[in-house]
Amino acid sequence: MEQYISTFVRSIFVDNMIFAYYLGMCSYLAVSKNVKTALGLGIAVTFVLTCTLPINYLLENYVLKEGALSWLGAEYANVNLSFLSLIIFIAIIASFVQLVEMVVEKSAPALYASLGIFLPLIAVNCAILGGSLFMQQKAFPNVGMATIYGFGSGIGWLLAIIGMAAIRERLAYSEVPKPLRGLGIAFIITALMGMAFMSFSGIKL
Amino acid sequence: MGLLSSKNKLVLFSPVSKNNPVVVQMLGICSALAVTAKLEPAIVMAISVTAVVAFANVIISLLRNTIPNRIRIIVQLVVVAALVTIVSEVLKAFAYEVNQQLSVFVGLIITNCILMGRLEAFALGNGPWESFLDGVGNGLGYGLILIAVGFFRELLGSGTLLGYSVIPQAVYEAGYVNNGLMILPPMALIVVAVIIWVHRSRNKDLQEQ
Repeated sequence: MEQYISTFVRSIFVDNMIFAYYLGMCSYLAVSKNVKTALGLGIAVTFVLTCTLPINYLLENYVLKEGALSWLGAEYANVNLSFLSLIIFIAIIASFVQLVEMVVEKSAPALYASLGIFLPLIAVNCAILGGSLFMQQKAFPNVGMATIYGFGSGIGWLLAIIGMAAIRERLAYSEVPKPLRGLGIAFIITALMGMAFMSFSGIKL
Repeated sequence: MGLLSSKNKLVLFSPVSKNNPVVVQMLGICSALAVTAKLEPAIVMAISVTAVVAFANVIISLLRNTIPNRIRIIVQLVVVAALVTIVSEVLKAFAYEVNQQLSVFVGLIITNCILMGRLEAFALGNGPWESFLDGVGNGLGYGLILIAVGFFRELLGSGTLLGYSVIPQAVYEAGYVNNGLMILPPMALIVVAVIIWVHRSRNKDLQEQ
C-alpha cells in the first residue's frame, strides 16, 4: 500500500510531467489562457493517461519485451519485439484519443468547441507518450502501479495547467515589457513554478 | 524552375529566424528544453529531428492525395513513428552513450509538435521537394535554438563545452564558481525566455498585445 501512495505522490510533485520533464508544454502554453478550458483539457489528459498506461503496460510485458512472448510456448521465449514499442504505444494512444474526442463531442459540445484543435492533438501530447515511455523505463512490478503512475502524472499535469491558467488570467492586469508579452512571460512563470516544485524533490515516503 | 528558386529559398530560410518553430510558432518546446543541459545531446537531437522532419515531410507529401482526411493523423503518426524507430536504432548502434543521455526523448520525437505542425500545415498541400526544404528549414531553426540554449547552459553551468573544459583554471582560482542552477530544469525556460525577449525586441512585428 505504501508503495502505491509513494508512487502517486512522487508522480504528482517530484516527477511532475511539466516542471521536471517539460512534457506536454505545447498544449500547456497554448490552452492555459483561461481556467475553465484548462480544466477540461487537464481532465481529458488525465483520463487518457490513466487508461493508456495499463494497456501499454500489459502490451509491454506480455508482447513486446524480450522473452515476453514465452507464454505462447517455449519457441517464442527469446523473441524481442521491443523495437516495435514506439509504434504500438502511439497507435494505442491515438485510438484512445479518437474515442475521447467522440465522447466529448457528444456530451459536452461547448467544451469541444473551446478546446478546438487541441483535443485531437492530445494524441501528440508528449506527456502521454512520455508516460508510457517512462513506464517502460521504470519497469513497474505490476499493472496497478503503472495505473497509479499514469493517474498521478495526469493529476500533476492538471495542477500545473490550472495554476498557470489562473496566473495568466491575473497577468492581464499587469505591466509586462512588450517583447516579453505572451510567450516570453509564460516561460518565466513556468520556470518560477518549476523552482517552487523543486522543493518537493527531497521528500521521501 | 531551378532547384532553389526565390520562393524555395524563402521556404528554406524563413523558419530559421522570422518564422522560427520554437520561439515564434511555439512548437517542439518540450524536447527543446529537456535535452539542452549539455551541448552534445542538443546537437544530436537537432540532427535527429531535422532528419525526421525532412523525410516525414517528403513521405506525407508523396502520399497527400491518397490519405483519407479523417484518418490522416493516424497515418502521419505511423509514418513518423517508423522514422523515429529507425533513428533510435541507429543512435543505439553508433552513439550509445548519447542515446542513454537522451533516454525517452528520442522516442518523444514522435510527439514533437514541429512534426505534426509541419505535416499538417505544409506537407499536405505542397510537393515533395518544397516539403523537403521546409522540413530541413524547420529542423535548422529548431536546431539553432537547441544549440544556443545548450551552449549557454553547459558553458555557465559546468564551465565546459562538448565535455572539454573551456574556462581557464586561473579564473576558478580567482573565485569564479560554476552556476549549478543552470543545469537544473527551470533555467532552460529562463534561457529560452531571454532568447525570445532578444528576438522579439529585434523583430517588433512579432510582439504580442
